[in-house]
Amino acid sequence: MLLTITTTHDQATDLGFLLHKHPDRVQRFEQSFGTAHVFYPDADEGRCTAALLLDVDPVKLVRTRGRGTPDFSLGQYVNDRPYAASSLLASAMANVFRTAMRGRCEARPELPGTPVPLEVVLPALPCRGGPAQAERFFAPLGWTVSAVPVPLDPGFADWGDSRYVTLTLTGTMRLSDALNQLYVLLPVLDDAKHYWLAPDEVDKLIRAGEGWLAAHPDRGAITRRYLANRRGLVRAALGRLADADGAPEDALDPVEVEEEPASDSTEEPMDGPASEAANEQAGEADASEPAAVPLAERRVQAVLAALREEDARRVIDLGCGSGKLLARLVRDGFFTGIAGTDVSHRALALAWRRLRFDPRAPRREGARVVDIFQGALTYADERFRGYDAAVLMEVVEHVDPPRLGAVARVVFGDAAPRVVVVTTPNAEHNVRYDGLAPGAMRHPDHRFEWTRAEFRAWAEGVAAEHGYRVRYVPVGDEDPEVGAPTQMGVFTR
Amino acid sequence: MTTEIRVPEMGLVVLVGVSGSGKSHFARKHFAPTQVISSDFCRGIVSDDENDQSATGDAFDLLHYIVAKRLRRGLLTVVDATNVQSHARQSLLRIAKEHDVLSVAIVLDVPERVAAERNATRPDRDFGAHVIPRQRRELRRGLRSLGREFRRAYVLTGTEEIDAATVVREKAWNDRRELTGPFDIVGDVHGCRAELEDLLRDLGYEIDRDAAGRAVGATHPGGRTAVFVGDLVDRGPDSPGVLRLVMGMVAAGDALCVSGNHEAKLVRALRGRKVRTTHGLAESLEQLGAEDEGFRAAALAFMDGLISHYVLDGGRLVVAHAGLKEDYHGRASGRVRSFALYGDTTGETDEYGLPVRYPWARDYRGKAMVVYGHTPVPAPEWINNTICLDTGAVFGGRLTALRYPERELASVPARKVWYEPVRPLASPGAAAGGAGGHRELDVLKIEDVLANGGVETRLMGRVTVREENALAALEVMSRFAADPRWLVYLPPTMAPAATSALPGHLEHPAEALAAYRDRGAVTRVVCEQKHMGSRAVVTVCRDAAVAAARFGVEDGTTGAVVTRTGRPFFRDPATTAELLDRVRAAIGAAGLWDELDTGWLVLDCELLPWSAKAMDLVRTQYAATGAAARAALPMAAGALGRAAERGLDLGGLRERVERRASNAARFRDAYARYCRPVDGLSGIQLAPFQVLAGEGRAWATARDHDWHMEVAARLADCDPGGLLRRTEWTTADLASPESEAAVTAWWERLTADGGEGMVVKPLGPLPDDARVQPGVKCRGREYLRIIYGPDYTEPEHLDRLRGRSLGRKRSLAMREHALGVEALDRLAAGEPLWRVHQAVFAVLALESEPVDPRL
Repeated sequence: MLLTITTTHDQATDLGFLLHKHPDRVQRFEQSFGTAHVFYPDADEGRCTAALLLDVDPVKLVRTRGRGTPDFSLGQYVNDRPYAASSLLASAMANVFRTAMRGRCEARPELPGTPVPLEVVLPALPCRGGPAQAERFFAPLGWTVSAVPVPLDPGFADWGDSRYVTLTLTGTMRLSDALNQLYVLLPVLDDAKHYWLAPDEVDKLIRAGEGWLAAHPDRGAITRRYLANRRGLVRAALGRLADADGAPEDALDPVEVEEEPASDSTEEPMDGPASEAANEQAGEADASEPAAVPLAERRVQAVLAALREEDARRVIDLGCGSGKLLARLVRDGFFTGIAGTDVSHRALALAWRRLRFDPRAPRREGARVVDIFQGALTYADERFRGYDAAVLMEVVEHVDPPRLGAVARVVFGDAAPRVVVVTTPNAEHNVRYDGLAPGAMRHPDHRFEWTRAEFRAWAEGVAAEHGYRVRYVPVGDEDPEVGAPTQMGVFTR
Repeated sequence: MTTEIRVPEMGLVVLVGVSGSGKSHFARKHFAPTQVISSDFCRGIVSDDENDQSATGDAFDLLHYIVAKRLRRGLLTVVDATNVQSHARQSLLRIAKEHDVLSVAIVLDVPERVAAERNATRPDRDFGAHVIPRQRRELRRGLRSLGREFRRAYVLTGTEEIDAATVVREKAWNDRRELTGPFDIVGDVHGCRAELEDLLRDLGYEIDRDAAGRAVGATHPGGRTAVFVGDLVDRGPDSPGVLRLVMGMVAAGDALCVSGNHEAKLVRALRGRKVRTTHGLAESLEQLGAEDEGFRAAALAFMDGLISHYVLDGGRLVVAHAGLKEDYHGRASGRVRSFALYGDTTGETDEYGLPVRYPWARDYRGKAMVVYGHTPVPAPEWINNTICLDTGAVFGGRLTALRYPERELASVPARKVWYEPVRPLASPGAAAGGAGGHRELDVLKIEDVLANGGVETRLMGRVTVREENALAALEVMSRFAADPRWLVYLPPTMAPAATSALPGHLEHPAEALAAYRDRGAVTRVVCEQKHMGSRAVVTVCRDAAVAAARFGVEDGTTGAVVTRTGRPFFRDPATTAELLDRVRAAIGAAGLWDELDTGWLVLDCELLPWSAKAMDLVRTQYAATGAAARAALPMAAGALGRAAERGLDLGGLRERVERRASNAARFRDAYARYCRPVDGLSGIQLAPFQVLAGEGRAWATARDHDWHMEVAARLADCDPGGLLRRTEWTTADLASPESEAAVTAWWERLTADGGEGMVVKPLGPLPDDARVQPGVKCRGREYLRIIYGPDYTEPEHLDRLRGRSLGRKRSLAMREHALGVEALDRLAAGEPLWRVHQAVFAVLALESEPVDPRL
């Protein structure tokens, strides 16, 4: 809610010209979400401070959001927006200091191009990644950074620090650069934006980032965060940055585990890039090996191979997520009937898009993609029936153990296809992942991870109860001590 | 000559006759207008012209569709079309067969001259003269096969016979809905005459004996009727004795009996057909061989006349030997009989060579109770309102009866193992209806919760659930919720009282009390302290045996503690178990198991502190907001102070920021009050405030709230460890201003130091007025800062907030309340899991409706 900019330039009150705001006036600017006030707490020749005080009206703020916004929850009524330096403050800056940000000053045309000693203070900057992140983003731009964490609640010392820091930046800088950097980096550090992303966000980023973002060592992360992980937008922005930089597009698209959305989709952060990275490291030990195939890919290949081996041409993916396996099944002419189900509507929306499947269109007789629908494995469902095989790829570990019996009855007892393929992590292998704390699981939603013996015990029980035979296939490089990273059971009857 | 035409009450009647034979007239005379579907009518519907022959194809599509719909719903349906062509009749017969109903043909055969004259009087029927003779030729050709095609075919020749004919409705043989019992339904006897006599005696029957001392009948002085599920014979020591007794009872009206597969086979054997004398048939034949010819003939006639299932007690009870799926209740066809006698076999056999049966009971969703035998089970078990009573008496198990409508079981032990079972009786592989013969657990079906047209409730009729809300609930339910067997109730939401007009207040007791006083239907209300914690529904069984028997949970857990969205309250099952132990001990010490005559209870509670469940929310939302405010506001105030010293006119901004700093401090105090460290159960308190249900009784609606609060207080008093906590409460007389003043003072005391407030509910049963809320909450001024934000008390905010709209929230609260009560009713009545789950699921689905979360 508060930003102060101080200069100790001789003729410090020139700041008023630079900002186009007279030091002796108190000005207010109405915003859609409140009122921005500009005033000067200090204004003498040796030191001049401009303050932007944003008085956020929480009721107005709520009204600027559609009902379809992600969190139609209490969080939008009681939150830090009235106090924190967030994208709202960035918006207000862009509005109030528009001319200054463009580096123009008609009265004193020479001023904007001149670096001046500046001190910028943000008392409550939400800073994902802590003080180190602020340092990492601002220091390369030439600032001296002081980021002091704000405690969460002094009455509860054990709660530790909040995600806010009191940020003080000092440096000699053109004012327009300073403002543009703040404009981009405030929401990036906050990692949350208050409005929906439109395609012109890319333009805004390119404009504000002119002259500094392309050379920033963390431009990939900054871009990704600024565009809130919207892949399409990210790619467009990275491409245009690459042009500006004269670099290949890929060079700007580093794999950054930290940037993977943890809960945004059914993708698995640990089991995805992280474990793949771990896998690759394992592969690097043997330098003669070609670059390792990612585990997720090897898993898909193992499942496809098992299905072929069992001559299962009509396949339903139970827990299809965003449809990665479905897409592979569709690409392979061997499979004649393909269906998928998932309980997450969000994941399904991705699957529908990936497979260009219209869930509202009437189902066509004889279509290869039979159906992609929302369903839950704890409920018997006729739509699960009629396939040669069902695949549960990395699904069972997301089921609470007391519900596993119900899932087994629905899949093996009720749907009862000829073949069931189940893959799940091998918990024994977790010790090979450097990034994984001892005893931790690969994904926050995993309810358990089985050792090979535990998986076999479960599989044998299910097979015996429902009249299946089961064989086991390790997936990924087999470690002599702890086995392969993924275990697969192929059930047949 | 008068022909009496007998038509089934449920079935298909096909009128056959040339154009002008008087079919429509006949149909009008003998059947209700809605029962008759004519091709002319359908032609008119699809073409606006009853004689447009080009519309015939579409007209018959429509006719077949209507016929199918009516037959599916079990309605008598008469088809008024010429039907002289065999293929026209065949397509109708196919529909009848698909719906397992009887079909009757009535041929109206008039001379060509009569038909032609009639058509001539109707100018719209100007088809050529060749048409009627052609139709008549087709009719003649078909007459020979009619008897084979239809269950019965009547040919009425000439107008006199047609005019004289009468039509009578015939009840189906299996339709004994007029018999209301009470019944004693007896499982498979298999020649165990002595055990049968033991059982009948235990049930209170007086056995009649002939001169030779043989049991030839049994009467219950209380007027009860025995119903035998079939398989009276084979394997056991005295099949003739069993037949003699049951035949006597049936003849005297003391019993009903359906056919078992063993009777069917025995009939074929006695008729001299070639059958394999396995599965105990040889014993029956040998025993019957020792009887006289008269008895053998009588037994054959009796067994041959047994029908395969009965629908009893107004349709609420169905008895069939091997059970019967809902579609087949009251129907008559070969496959219905086959299902009733043999079950729905998959065609596969198990490791003992016995047929694998399709688990129809698991999928059963019908309203009627289905009682059957056929497959021996170690103990009778309810599966979706069905129960198998074959407890293997002949294999040394027990002979079991179900008392209806009491739903009580009675049984006697076998006197010995009369026949060695092919597969061991007590093994898990011997149980009812399971795929592969395994013990069958309740399996929920997707249509139990999705696209089912809503949930029928006692309080509000049908409560509909929108598809998108159901889908949202599906995700939460299947990913996060507790085991449905433990998830027997979800608490409904509650609307706040109408918005207060008092300065500085958004909610106040005046409106909460007025809400009830103004409706007039309520005179006394209960006011309960609202603890700021998290809602917890506690289901607790007396012991693991009750959990297994009543909830079908056999992993040793004895209950559950779930949140308001159905999640397990504690991540660690050991914490749950410990809490249940404490609650169980308190219930025992308070003597509630006996007093409420139950082995389990469901309690509605608040679990404190708030931070125990909401720590993440406190940190990321409330404490974070407080921290940001604490960092930013003083610095802003400082900057404004310096600007003021410079003489700038800040127009009240400085004072405003200072006031906001003080609001932020109060906000911090508001949430901090509900936070304290907990470790496992230490630091946790549970405040019960309602006994929701126990065996046979939904206490939530059966007792007034003062009773509930007193029971809650007793529980707290019986818990020496201090886990259980009392809830303050009082009652108010709505007619008394003093009473209102007292409640207001009480509320002010509760909320002065930040207490959440109170809940006001009608003390007694909810009046039958859809506008009376089951309860309203009235929250404290400081507490509401957590809900509406630190600055909500500022006049400019408060004025806007007063415009809040409560309509949706109130509607939601009513619907969820009706669903909650429905779930409890169903649970207490011992209804199947899917019935309880359906209501619980609907509450969760409604919770995903977009309603202002601050209300």
